[in-house]
Amino acid sequence: MTDLLEVRDLTVHFDTEAGLVEAVDGVTFNVRSGEILGVVGESGSGKSVTALALLRLIRPPGRIVQGAVRFEGTDLVGLSEDEMRAVRGTRIAMVFQSPRTALNPVLTVGRQISRLFELHQGASRAEGRTRTIGMLKLVGISEPERRARQYAHQLSGGMCQRVMIAMALATSPRLLLADEPTTGLDVSIAAQILELLRDLGRRTGASILLITHDLGVVAEVCDRVAVMHAGQIVEVGAVRAIFARPLHPYTQALVRSIPRIDRDVTMEPIPGMVPSLLAPPPGCRYADRCPRVLDVCRRDRPAPRAAAPDQEVACHAAEVEDAPARG
Amino acid sequence: MPLLAVEGLVKHFPLGGPGEWLDRVRGHAPKAVRAVDGVSFAVEPGETLGLVGESGCGKSTVARLILRLVDPTGGHVRFGDVNLTALAGEPLRRQRRNLQMVFQDPTASLNPRLSVRRAVEEPLRRHSTLRAAERRERAAQVLARVGLERELLDRYPHELSGGQRQRVNIARAIVTEPRFVVLDEPTSSLDVSLRAKAILLLAELRATLGMSYLFISHDLATVKYLAGRVAVMYLGTIVEEASTAELFRQPRHPYTKALLSAVPVPDPTVQRERLVLRGEVPSPIDIPAGCRLRGRCPLAQPVCAEPVTLREVAPRHRVACHLA
Repeated sequence: MTDLLEVRDLTVHFDTEAGLVEAVDGVTFNVRSGEILGVVGESGSGKSVTALALLRLIRPPGRIVQGAVRFEGTDLVGLSEDEMRAVRGTRIAMVFQSPRTALNPVLTVGRQISRLFELHQGASRAEGRTRTIGMLKLVGISEPERRARQYAHQLSGGMCQRVMIAMALATSPRLLLADEPTTGLDVSIAAQILELLRDLGRRTGASILLITHDLGVVAEVCDRVAVMHAGQIVEVGAVRAIFARPLHPYTQALVRSIPRIDRDVTMEPIPGMVPSLLAPPPGCRYADRCPRVLDVCRRDRPAPRAAAPDQEVACHAAEVEDAPARG
Repeated sequence: MPLLAVEGLVKHFPLGGPGEWLDRVRGHAPKAVRAVDGVSFAVEPGETLGLVGESGCGKSTVARLILRLVDPTGGHVRFGDVNLTALAGEPLRRQRRNLQMVFQDPTASLNPRLSVRRAVEEPLRRHSTLRAAERRERAAQVLARVGLERELLDRYPHELSGGQRQRVNIARAIVTEPRFVVLDEPTSSLDVSLRAKAILLLAELRATLGMSYLFISHDLATVKYLAGRVAVMYLGTIVEEASTAELFRQPRHPYTKALLSAVPVPDPTVQRERLVLRGEVPSPIDIPAGCRLRGRCPLAQPVCAEPVTLREVAPRHRVACHLA
């Protein structure tokens, strides 16, 4: 499988009154063609900022300090704002967490989708309308003609999220960024939306970057997963490998901290709190919360090491059988 | 005797407006949102009953009805041997010392102009004869119990994190040493790690203070962890009630099965059979006759058009389904 997106050493800082917030720090990962990559972590781990940075939607006081975002062979960080606008919405699209606030309240949902066809693909109004109905059908909305004439406030939360997904897919993007697309939806509706995303990914061949805090969602729909903590990726790899044998102490703590319906567990909260990203100390950002902390952890930032065919971990203490460190 | 017994509880919210007037003129029963439509259950001392269901099923209205924050259209709530539904004014307020609630939104439920200490002392002013110094001492003790440091006592809600605010809400609810606490989605606004801490705190407080909980949630994994029995609500009625172990091992109602099979399981090797319901929940204004799940249920039969009531299918396991 080839890589659709290659992110190298992406670093995003926010210049606040309190000081420099190092929100995303040297993040490196790939999204392969046609795969669903999950990004998990606690609030404040930098998941959403990473997604916004990929689309160059970081606004002052935030800025991309360094790094490369190579998408279909082009480094997006080097593009002009005009060139970037041509990528946004057409090649890379985004689905946000609260669909109702992301939709325009004064336009019918049909009109909002139809405008995309008119703006991006030069479709006529009638053509746009026909294709809108087709999109609404694709995302599983019943009575699409009637729904197209309705406004966001007339639709349920699940229906709004389907409309958002229809909008995101209208221009056949190659990469879909989905930021907590099922948070706030009821379980059965959330299951429908996840099924829809997985199915659409398969049918359109688009890759999906799925941001979530729910390990269950990762296990059910993702092929690979990146675990983020305090602005850094601590472990990345195939979902099956990481769930079978999580190597980073943070991934292990995350797995132990959730109640689950499939087995009886003693839940253990993750020790400590997400560290402040205002001038974080050198070394591993998990050191203060880590039960296996070594002296070296507070001194040197751990480099990602290959641990299994498709698993990398950035930890000094993780037991990795003599695999070479990666630069 | 159960600590709390809810019998045939009904809450209909009239729609009002010209539609209601027209219905009356035409001799129809005026339309209403039938939020809670005949709910009965009991909670034993020291027991935690989980009340689960999706948005709009009426679970939060049940919570408000129990505390009489809204008045029921029909039915009773008994607390010990007191019929709460028959009380009003001062006698009702006196009962609230024993019946407290933690709300879903930890920010909206705190008065922004009261410091942490004041917010937690407030129920004591209302419900106890303690003097000011004693109240201060008691509030500080309770705040320590829920794990808030002393230096936070003089802060205001906007100076606290979401997890800390929810701890203040929990402290405020338990400061009068209630026997029964209604927890309405107390963890749903919290992040993963804070959620685990809050759940463990609630379990620990229950064990040490001997309280009973009605734990309302849409998060089935949390309910499984905290509740001994579970009641599942759909469109204003309870469709299944059983011990937690039995409900999760052997759900009988198609809605419970669908709900359980929709929860994502954090294990990629598990292959599960999904029971998928069609469409979305109907409006609580136009509730289908017969079984309320009929239009969405993949197992529906002609018999499902007949009214269905909760019946015992195994000891202390009640199901409202013709086919169970």
